[in-house]
Amino acid sequence: MPELSKKDRMKIPRQPMPEQDGVVRSGNFKEVNLGFTEELAKMEALRCLQCPKPVCIDGCPVEVKIKDFIHLVAEGDFLGAASKIKEDNMLPAVCGRVCPQEEQCEAKCVVGVKGESVAIGRLERFVADYEREHLGLKTPELKPKTGKKVAIIGSGPSGLSCAGDLIQSGHDVTVFEALHELGGVLVYGIPEFRLPKDIVKAEIDSLKSLGVDFQTNAVIGFTDTIDELMQNGYDAVFIAVGAGLPYFLNIEGENLNGVYSSNEFLTRVNLMKAYKFPEFDTPVFNVKDKTVAVFGGGNTAMDAVRTSKRLGAKNAYIIYRRSDAELPARKEEIHHAKQEGIEFLLLANPNKFIGDKDGWLTGVELIKMELGEPDASGRRKPVPIKDSNYVLNIDMAVIAIGNGSNPIIQQTTPDINFNKWGNILVDEESMATSKKGVFAGGDIVTGGATVILAMGAGRKAAKAINEYLTQN
Amino acid sequence: MYKIVNAEFLAENIKRFVIEAPKIAAKRKAGQFVIIRLNDGGERIPLTIADSETANGTITIIVQGIGKTTKELNSLNTGDFILDVVGPLGKASHIEKFGTAVSIGGGVGTAIAYPTAVALKQAGNHTISIIGGRTRELVILENELKQVCDEVYPTTDDGSYGFHGFVTQKLKQLIDNGTRIDFVLAIGPIPMMKAVAETTRPYGIKTVVSLNPVMVDGTGMCGGCRATVDNKTVFVCVDGPEFDAHLVDFATLERRNRTYKESEQEALHEHLCHFDKAFEQGLKLNN
Repeated sequence: MPELSKKDRMKIPRQPMPEQDGVVRSGNFKEVNLGFTEELAKMEALRCLQCPKPVCIDGCPVEVKIKDFIHLVAEGDFLGAASKIKEDNMLPAVCGRVCPQEEQCEAKCVVGVKGESVAIGRLERFVADYEREHLGLKTPELKPKTGKKVAIIGSGPSGLSCAGDLIQSGHDVTVFEALHELGGVLVYGIPEFRLPKDIVKAEIDSLKSLGVDFQTNAVIGFTDTIDELMQNGYDAVFIAVGAGLPYFLNIEGENLNGVYSSNEFLTRVNLMKAYKFPEFDTPVFNVKDKTVAVFGGGNTAMDAVRTSKRLGAKNAYIIYRRSDAELPARKEEIHHAKQEGIEFLLLANPNKFIGDKDGWLTGVELIKMELGEPDASGRRKPVPIKDSNYVLNIDMAVIAIGNGSNPIIQQTTPDINFNKWGNILVDEESMATSKKGVFAGGDIVTGGATVILAMGAGRKAAKAINEYLTQN
Repeated sequence: MYKIVNAEFLAENIKRFVIEAPKIAAKRKAGQFVIIRLNDGGERIPLTIADSETANGTITIIVQGIGKTTKELNSLNTGDFILDVVGPLGKASHIEKFGTAVSIGGGVGTAIAYPTAVALKQAGNHTISIIGGRTRELVILENELKQVCDEVYPTTDDGSYGFHGFVTQKLKQLIDNGTRIDFVLAIGPIPMMKAVAETTRPYGIKTVVSLNPVMVDGTGMCGGCRATVDNKTVFVCVDGPEFDAHLVDFATLERRNRTYKESEQEALHEHLCHFDKAFEQGLKLNN
């Protein structure tokens, strides 16, 4: 590796991510980002200053040893880099794709102070993909069996990361999944073009090879209650069921035909493969040459609107009540959406949906907004502009404004404490709930958040569960 | 994979399946449902559990072949397998000793009303069943109901069997003849449930219906099954499926159930075409 001065390193521009052309990809479900080549990855890795105090790590919820893995990439030891990441993150191929790095590690990156930060996420993705393609499954060493059994409820990011850590600590782990397929939001929510399902499957297969037992079609609360799991020999339980109860706008006309929650729309398309209807049996509203409006400005809203474009929508709108600057989605997703021809109607809020005599959606009445004083969240509060209402003709609407808490665990486990929004109350350090031996993490605790935060919670819980099982 | 241990037609197009699903059999209560997926490309559809046997670890579902999936399901036989069966889902029927309880089933709805009729009887109610069908062949489970209910009245629209008329007319007759009715459960096509609600409303008889919206996950995650009850949006899968009939907005339910009508026709058409092709090929092979 050439010895480069700090100055030389700073001169290297951030390497662009090769991607499918915007017009071409808006007609297919293949992945948008194609990933770094070895050359691009090495070049990008050389941009890292190898800071004595790598502050980037402070920005990572699972504290991946970023400096060390990037050093290995620069040296061309890609497999070594992969092992280094996997010391802290069991799902790097997923995180490299869907983490909001620009708000986390990359936001802290020293190179980013004056120029563009090191593309840590893209390097993570490259390394994980390289390992998968060149080595296949690699089995880390497992500690001797402890004879203890842990039940994990939910096979989303939080459950998977917890399972990965606990199996390595020598415990027996069973993951229960309510749906027929494993992966939670990674398979029903995030579309193929952003996170190919093969990658999720490979990550899950790697856990299976370590001995994690997966049971699908198991709705804990109904199929078995948490008490029954504990009576049946599980020494600890980790609840990682996600948020899983979509919010609606609570406005007139919301139950018209053609109005979906983002969960339903994305589940039909991603999990049930409605985009291949009638080859697959599940239908979804046929948006071909129609107009679609997605309400919300987060990553899920971007996923939904870009999906509708791929299904052939003529016009696809994001409708968001604040301005461009406040859009909560990742910058990259917004940028990609715009490239694909998504139109952004900002500072607009829906008043009511309008339908025809047969109950099909035909339009939405919007009101224009302006930004007022900052609210509790620190963002400027959107205020309606009087008499600015107008009607936008639309054929399908998708509500992507977040999720409340699924009630099934609460209804069936009376001795776990919940807050008034239905989130489980846990000790912040140990993720322990009010019920002995039961831990919880991810969106069911925090409300809707990100994949990496859920994974961080899963790891934290795994550590606490391991300690609990050692002591009990 | 879930094995079908017994499959038999109860009427034309209506088939009873006994399926090995020991965990569900042990847990399920009257009024709850399962979601099934037949095969890899299959859709998820909700079906109410008609009966179960804990000892054998089986559940019973009764299916009317209407769309692609239900027709495909009804082509399965004893010894075949269903890929996914998940449950029991939804809230169990609210059962108490009301006094006299009438359970009304329309067509295949009788299968859904059956377990609740049993539970009502077990709770000490004087239990009356009214079971309707368009014609004699479509009146199902009469013998099964006779074994548990105090009174069973079959009705047919064409008068080919039992009481000539709709279930609501029989219900009205009972009320007019002075039968004191404390509780009514009605399950069947939406127009029937709506008609029952309107029949009991003037008398203030507590009436419950089991709703049958389109579902995907069945656990509250998608919100596709939302219905309007008491002017509020509910998720039928986790808040129901049973609701106060006098508060249900049936028009919205009926309308939302038509969302995929065209797609269903298309899927069914494809299915039948494939079936025809396979049949033709079979003929060719045989000749």
